[in-house]
Amino acid sequence: MIDLIDISRVYQIGSEKVYALNKANLHIDQGEFVSIIGPSGSGKSTLMNIIGCLDMADSGTYLLDDVPIEDYTENELAAIRNQKIGFVFQSFNLINKLTAEENVELPLIYQGVAKAERRRRVQEALERVDLAQRAKHLPNELSGGQQQRVAIARAIATHPSLILGDEPTGNLDSKTTGEIMKIFHELHRQGNTIVLITHDDDIARQASRIVHIRDGKLSEVKI
Amino acid sequence: MKHFFKMLSQSFKMAIKSIAGNRLRAFLTMLGIIIGVMALVILVSLVNGATGTVTDTISSLATDTISVTISDDKGDPITLDTLDEWMEEDGIGLLAPIGETSVTAKYDATSTTVEVYGTTPAYESINELSLLLGRFIKSSDVDNHTTVCVINEATATALVGYTDCLGEELSLDGMKFTIVGVLEDDDDSLTSVVSSSSYSIYIPYTTLLRLSSTVSAEITSFTVSAAEDSDMSTAETAITALLLARFEEDEDAFEVSTQDVMEDTMSSITSVLALLLGGIAAICGIGIMNIMLVTVTERTREIGIRKAIGAGRGVILQQFLLESIVLCMLGCAIGVFLSWAILKVVAVVVSSLSMTFEMNVPVVLIAVGFCFFIGIVFGLYPANKAAKMAPIDALHYDG
Repeated sequence: MIDLIDISRVYQIGSEKVYALNKANLHIDQGEFVSIIGPSGSGKSTLMNIIGCLDMADSGTYLLDDVPIEDYTENELAAIRNQKIGFVFQSFNLINKLTAEENVELPLIYQGVAKAERRRRVQEALERVDLAQRAKHLPNELSGGQQQRVAIARAIATHPSLILGDEPTGNLDSKTTGEIMKIFHELHRQGNTIVLITHDDDIARQASRIVHIRDGKLSEVKI
Repeated sequence: MKHFFKMLSQSFKMAIKSIAGNRLRAFLTMLGIIIGVMALVILVSLVNGATGTVTDTISSLATDTISVTISDDKGDPITLDTLDEWMEEDGIGLLAPIGETSVTAKYDATSTTVEVYGTTPAYESINELSLLLGRFIKSSDVDNHTTVCVINEATATALVGYTDCLGEELSLDGMKFTIVGVLEDDDDSLTSVVSSSSYSIYIPYTTLLRLSSTVSAEITSFTVSAAEDSDMSTAETAITALLLARFEEDEDAFEVSTQDVMEDTMSSITSVLALLLGGIAAICGIGIMNIMLVTVTERTREIGIRKAIGAGRGVILQQFLLESIVLCMLGCAIGVFLSWAILKVVAVVVSSLSMTFEMNVPVVLIAVGFCFFIGIVFGLYPANKAAKMAPIDALHYDG
């Protein structure tokens, strides 16, 4: 479902050109659980942003479900992020003024889902992350792990085919990390494609496939 | 289309939620709008009321007088005899000299400072004074330098204690004067509007020469009325011609002013005020602009999050547009209501001045339109900038 062909992303820092990604190639099939591991500054966040259509590559082709991303307009890309992709960020990225359930509801509103259906799906998503009783709380009334679970609920509420996690456990302690990873495994079992970015070997090893990234280049790691 | 309306009502709900969730920010934004609307509406209404009243007053004086002041008599001063001669001229009605001085008036133990005007009988009809009691100055008073005086109601009340005071004696800077007439106070008269002291005493011009060292037989100020079969402009032309002939054709030797001149002054005052209001409006506009720019720019990250989870640019702009509209509506409503309330209070407080302060509907519309324009443009501009960013840049935006 994901095909990256010779993807490069260059940042201009002063007079110097820095390659965050340098002709990177990657293929991910439907239903895979892939972790991408690399040290900080290796370009893994850039890779994640490009896969998630939050950023555009400077050169190369990105085929999402066999369609090159460049063919889409800005609004179509927004619709793709909305329907096909669920994001889980390291810093949660919840809207602080909205309650847990309102945060989860937001992508469904953008999708134009009817109110009753929205209610049902918000409820379902919050139950899956075991947070239904905290639905009315604001993000700053929740612990880090709970906030991340809200973010996961938001990502899965739209039933996306691809779930992207950008160091989703980076800000969490080991016990909470275990809980969050359990949710990802469950999502994988239900047939979701999961791409997880991390710099933690223990987490990376839980995936069925590990891709190593260093200096903007990708290489497969055999398990 | 159905989807569009559904989205619109969603955006509206989201806008309300967002405003309710950021009460302080919303309040600050609205404060700019409230103050802007109030400044415009209240000031324009006050100015309209005040200038309207003053203009009305000036017009209602309708005494059809021309005032002349002489600054340089070229060695040929105007005397009472000159004025008598000029009364015979075509187009000119009556002429009356005005000499003025400030004195301490005493009655028994009461004393106060009053303006004393020295003039002739013609003054009464030129200025359409109305007598409450007694008589005005007579020609014989002027000829004989008699020490009689005509005082106005306010002076009578303040100094003597009652208005029925004919025959009482006043002392003006030590000189004894007999009160022969009491003038009715006209609330609408110009003096009551422009000067706070409304104590005035009229005495014969010739008697004033003895009372004051600064006033001499050389008349430097007098008033003129138009002849009955003539109009103001004819009289003005006639008196100007006479003065030019007397003062070697020097236009700077004297000044002829009419009611029109006062009206011109009023209109120039009004235009200065308009300029002032423009300034206030501009300052308020900048205030609204600033807070809108800052608050929306602050939310770039929020816009990034919304984009990341699938909001298109249109949806985001719609939300910010609605937020701006709701804020402007609330702000304008509060501003207009407060203006209305304050104008009501002002109207009650100054009701004695017989001024009318009414809310000026076109001004309300202009103020509201102006605030909406500024609020929406400067709410949408940064929102559009943020919505155009790549989502990842908006997400990582930190000020």
